[in-house]
Amino acid sequence: MPSFSHFFQILTETKGVFIKAMLLTLELTAVSILLGIVIGLVFALLKISKIKILELISDTYVYLVRGTPLIVQIFILYFGISGIFLLPDFWAAAIALALHNGAYISEILRGAIQGVDKGQLEAGRSLGMTKALTLRRIILPQAFRRALPPLGNQFIISLKDSSLAAFISMNELFNVATTLGSNNFDEMTYLLIVAVYYLLLVALMTFVVNRIELKLAASDR
Amino acid sequence: MDKKEMIRINQLNKSFGDLHVLKDINMTVLESDVVCLIGSSGSGKSTLLRCLNFLEKKDNGKIIIEGNEVNPRTDNLNKIREKVGMVFQNFNLFPHKTVLENIIEAPINVKGVDKKKAVLKAKQLLNKVDLEDKSDVYPSKLSGGQKQRVAIARALAMEPDIMLFDEPTSALDPELVGEVLTTMKDLAEEGMTMVVVTHEMGFAKEVADRIVYMHDGRIIEDGTPEQFFNHPKEERTREFLKATMLK
Repeated sequence: MPSFSHFFQILTETKGVFIKAMLLTLELTAVSILLGIVIGLVFALLKISKIKILELISDTYVYLVRGTPLIVQIFILYFGISGIFLLPDFWAAAIALALHNGAYISEILRGAIQGVDKGQLEAGRSLGMTKALTLRRIILPQAFRRALPPLGNQFIISLKDSSLAAFISMNELFNVATTLGSNNFDEMTYLLIVAVYYLLLVALMTFVVNRIELKLAASDR
Repeated sequence: MDKKEMIRINQLNKSFGDLHVLKDINMTVLESDVVCLIGSSGSGKSTLLRCLNFLEKKDNGKIIIEGNEVNPRTDNLNKIREKVGMVFQNFNLFPHKTVLENIIEAPINVKGVDKKKAVLKAKQLLNKVDLEDKSDVYPSKLSGGQKQRVAIARALAMEPDIMLFDEPTSALDPELVGEVLTTMKDLAEEGMTMVVVTHEMGFAKEVADRIVYMHDGRIIEDGTPEQFFNHPKEERTREFLKATMLK
């Protein structure tokens, strides 16, 4: 184990490199979450559409994503698709992460939507609201609130999953840590340092999710 | 002068799978009439009510609302529902919206009413149901009776011609039933056309113009409260009254 003073010395010295890597990690995570929410919402709606073929499409997507390792998905996009479409590395990683996230988020949202009391839909319809309007104004806001704790969990997972982008040579946190570690024959120090950065990001993310949860809980007070 | 026919039902049938819940229902509701639907649970009275605003789809038969036969396949049901307000047993208020937001939601987003006007109207309605001080409160802070009065105000905000009530007091603590019934009675006195599924015999006796008694998916008795309570025609009705009115 490295000594404390050594650890803090390296931590300070490498601040610049790691912060740059952290920004890339954040970008990857942000895109994969935002895009993942959009994808997840679309597939959740397909799943509850009660139209067989759309349900099947959603089921298939979720099965393919959950049935294969994320690293395989990243490689397929990196080597396969980007070979055809010339996807920049960042987007190969970000899209793979988003597609991966989207499957899990779609299941979270589907559960949350189906968990909203059926009476809410009936109340909306009885007031002359269309199904789409009721969904948008009445059901989804309540579903989103229910979904927030598991979503927060998923966001944290996706932050840490972004470390797999290291394998397609994205200079995000994990890649920087392992590269510097092996270059300096000091892997443990750099792994501990990168752990600190991840912990910081997770703390930040938890804080933000909690704030949103608190804000949405206004109707309970 | 003849009153306008608000609802006419001809030979309505409805099944849930093998269960035939509504059998050849015929019924009319005239303008500003208060019709109470009474019967034991499972008699089909709630299903009948829900057919009236098409939350349940009939199997066959005709439903004629304000003179127009409704075809759920081709007609815009949302337009019809604007005219037929509904109050539910479990209130079904929108928990993420304040009392005021609950009431203005549909007028603004369905009818396109200007927000200021919608708010003004909502405040008048809250005044009417005696909850003017609760407009910025979330439903979770209200008692059951208050929730149901907000639900009534919310339905009224769409300015319906007909109001349907599905056991509006069944989920309430006994001491909160009165305030909701009073609100409904006021509404009846203003001439609102109302169809009320209820177990409140006192309310039916006092406020109803007509009582429709259902048993096992059929209408057994259809008459004035006086006829129903004092001179029931059918043996089944007498048994029901004996069982419910043991006083």
